[in-house]
Amino acid sequence: MTVFLLVLINGCIVGSTYALMAMGMSTQYGVARILNIAHGEFIVLAAVVTYALQQSGLGLHPLFALVLACPIVFAISYILHITLYRRLRRLSPNLGVFEGNAILVSFGIYYIAQNLLQTYMGAAPKRYPFMMTSVNIGGAGISAAGLFVMLIAIVICVLYTIFLSRTRLGKSIRAASQDSQAAAHLGVKINSIMALCFAIGGILAACAGVLMSMREQFQSTSGLGYTTIAIIIVVLGGLGSVKGAILGGFILGIVGYTVSHFIDSVFMISVFYMIILVLLIVRPKGLLGR
Amino acid sequence: MSDIVKIITGVGVTKRFGGMTAVNNVDFELRRGEILGLIGPNGAGKTTLFNCISAFYRADEGIITYNGNQINRMSPDKICRLGIARTFQAAKNFPDMSVRENVRMGALFGQVGITYDEADRLTDEIMEFAGLDKYAHLNVPDMPLALQKRLEVARALATKPGVLMIDEVMAGLNPTEVGEAMELVGKIRASGVAILMIEHVMKAIMAICDRIIVLHHGELIAEGAPDHVANDPQVIEVYLGEEA
Amino acid sequence: MGLRLLKDAFWGAAPSRIQSAIIAAAIVVMAFIPGVADTYTPLFLSWIMTYCVLSISWSFFSGKAGYISLATASFYGIGMYLQAILGRQLPLWTTMILAAVMAFAVGLIIGVVTLRLRGIYFTIFTFGLSLFLNRFMNWYEGAFTRTKGRMVKPYDNDTVFYALLVVFAITLIAVIILNRSRFGLSLKCIGQNEDSAQHLGVRTTMTKVLAFAITAAPVGAVGAVMSTKIGYIDPNTAFGLNTSFFPVLMAIFGGMSSTYGPIIGAVVFYALQDYLLRVTNWHMIIFGAVMVVVIMLLPNGVFGVVDTILRKRRSAGGGAEASHQP
Repeated sequence: MTVFLLVLINGCIVGSTYALMAMGMSTQYGVARILNIAHGEFIVLAAVVTYALQQSGLGLHPLFALVLACPIVFAISYILHITLYRRLRRLSPNLGVFEGNAILVSFGIYYIAQNLLQTYMGAAPKRYPFMMTSVNIGGAGISAAGLFVMLIAIVICVLYTIFLSRTRLGKSIRAASQDSQAAAHLGVKINSIMALCFAIGGILAACAGVLMSMREQFQSTSGLGYTTIAIIIVVLGGLGSVKGAILGGFILGIVGYTVSHFIDSVFMISVFYMIILVLLIVRPKGLLGR
Repeated sequence: MSDIVKIITGVGVTKRFGGMTAVNNVDFELRRGEILGLIGPNGAGKTTLFNCISAFYRADEGIITYNGNQINRMSPDKICRLGIARTFQAAKNFPDMSVRENVRMGALFGQVGITYDEADRLTDEIMEFAGLDKYAHLNVPDMPLALQKRLEVARALATKPGVLMIDEVMAGLNPTEVGEAMELVGKIRASGVAILMIEHVMKAIMAICDRIIVLHHGELIAEGAPDHVANDPQVIEVYLGEEA
Repeated sequence: MGLRLLKDAFWGAAPSRIQSAIIAAAIVVMAFIPGVADTYTPLFLSWIMTYCVLSISWSFFSGKAGYISLATASFYGIGMYLQAILGRQLPLWTTMILAAVMAFAVGLIIGVVTLRLRGIYFTIFTFGLSLFLNRFMNWYEGAFTRTKGRMVKPYDNDTVFYALLVVFAITLIAVIILNRSRFGLSLKCIGQNEDSAQHLGVRTTMTKVLAFAITAAPVGAVGAVMSTKIGYIDPNTAFGLNTSFFPVLMAIFGGMSSTYGPIIGAVVFYALQDYLLRVTNWHMIIFGAVMVVVIMLLPNGVFGVVDTILRKRRSAGGGAEASHQP
């Protein structure tokens, strides 16, 4: 029972950051149709910003890093979209070609970003002390930092869902993700919505990075791993579905923690891959896909 | 009655998308040597019915047969090789191939066991038949719409079909071009191919169709000779209602 | 009858005599290189041929059919591991064939599962495959053999060179023949418009799966050969992501509409990489930038640009030329 609780709660903790990573990727793909391979690099970038703030000796809470990391990543993403992807979309004869080319361009950006990060921060893993105590829940020792991270992550997920369903901008984003042509007829400025969604995806990556750095170590090469997990979750939940990303994030968090607890953490990605391979045969649209 | 040979028959064909029924329990038949028109207002389910026959969609219910064999569980490529060819509403030509190559692809893949030489000969034949031989080496994306649509028909024809299904081949053409398209359709029928066509250009469809079926909200509301259908009160209401 | 159909599907019009003669001559000339050049040259050329095989294979399937595969590293790594495991007992040519068969089989399985779906799924799954194999081997080696990597029995540069020359020649000739065959043409149709292709009678799924698996085979074979040159392999070297991306980049740079585009891309990029590695630590950043620029500016590759210009000129030349052609 204790083991069950331990696995469940820790799985949800891991899953909550997964959900954030995947939500960002899903927003980017859902509207802008870019499967952003450099997503993980922005997560690492936000983590590095948090780490640097902690090392600076200002004594700020790591959550404060959001104020710095979000605008940075937002700006970079926005600029990338209006300089590269918008042009690429204009050049591509159809959406399928654009999606393929966009993946390749994002890989180029991944190479650049990854190596810049490596040059800046070296290869050593980074970690700063934060809420080093553990909380006893039903006999299971759970890290306090983990619980804090999960709480904030869930708050962000909820806020983002409310943003999508209640605000005017959120509604246009949803319209655009369902059918960009129909949305264009409804008067949604599709070009700026696409750039905005790509940048919002960046913000969510930044949130994930800040939170993730509070409870686990990271290094310059961690990005691709995050990207992979985000891609798997997005496929699992249904390409472009934000709710699917949240659900998929928690499912994979729990599965992943179970695997690393009982078998080995290197085996995790392999299990994830098998899951989506099976899913693809049974239900190709993903859990909540249209 | 018994001398009428039905090539394609559909019984109770139904296709749903989520909660919406796009084609609802439609019965129809296509007879040897005829031109059957399929008309109806926008969103009536014409193209969906087309897609069910060519297996672009899988019908949820009902049976579609071709020469007596059920075909609505087959793949589109198999149906094409059996002898039902189609065109798409928005011409889907191969942009990086020449006009002749486009037609040649139909000849090469549309029939089982055709040799390269036979395919080349057939290609030339179809090019001439469709009046495309003058444009053989044009760049497809640069061609005017009328030629693109004609190419689409020629490519389908190169698969040597028994039935040709044409989806709005005259939409967007000027009156001269419509006349040319009608002439081509007539020639195809004369060569022994039965034709099922969706068309919005009423003048054309009234002039060349032997029979017409009318869909509205996915249901069959009228069927018969052009003048009979044109005087059907329900059809008139549907069309007037659309204009109002 | 069956045999005739098979021949008909895969054997199109034979290449022109001049083309055949040039290719045969080039291969014969290359066969004499190890005898006359220094020891470094065959190795350098071996790497170039390796990348040529990878990018030719990639562009035959992905370039034509429009499904971007990132599985090259998987097939390459499968070849490497096969060589590492069986290389001590079996001669090189046997392991090469086994590696090709194994890569073909894996390609077939992945193809059957993923190529029924259209669009981006295929790219995601092929990308995932190399990560899957990487982590799986990491786990397997750690749990069962308690090692990180494996030593591979080395061969001298000349043997490696000749082995690759064989694979390269077979791949090139096969692609030239297949390009004109019904099989190659159906792939091309799929890439241009899959709906249209299917409604013209192209067996789309079967063609895609088969083509994907066939192009995996030579990649497996070169993986087996090159592992002997690397000497020591672990999951990260065997299933490295770069192996999946370089062929894409090379093919796009050279242009995929021509058979020779990927070769030119491979030669230029390998030379560039070789040079950058020696002069700067920033080579990966430069590489990333080149990748972005190539995709943004050369959607049809260097060959594509030439091709477009020629075609424009031909269309502009007008009906006069078109009408006197048969």
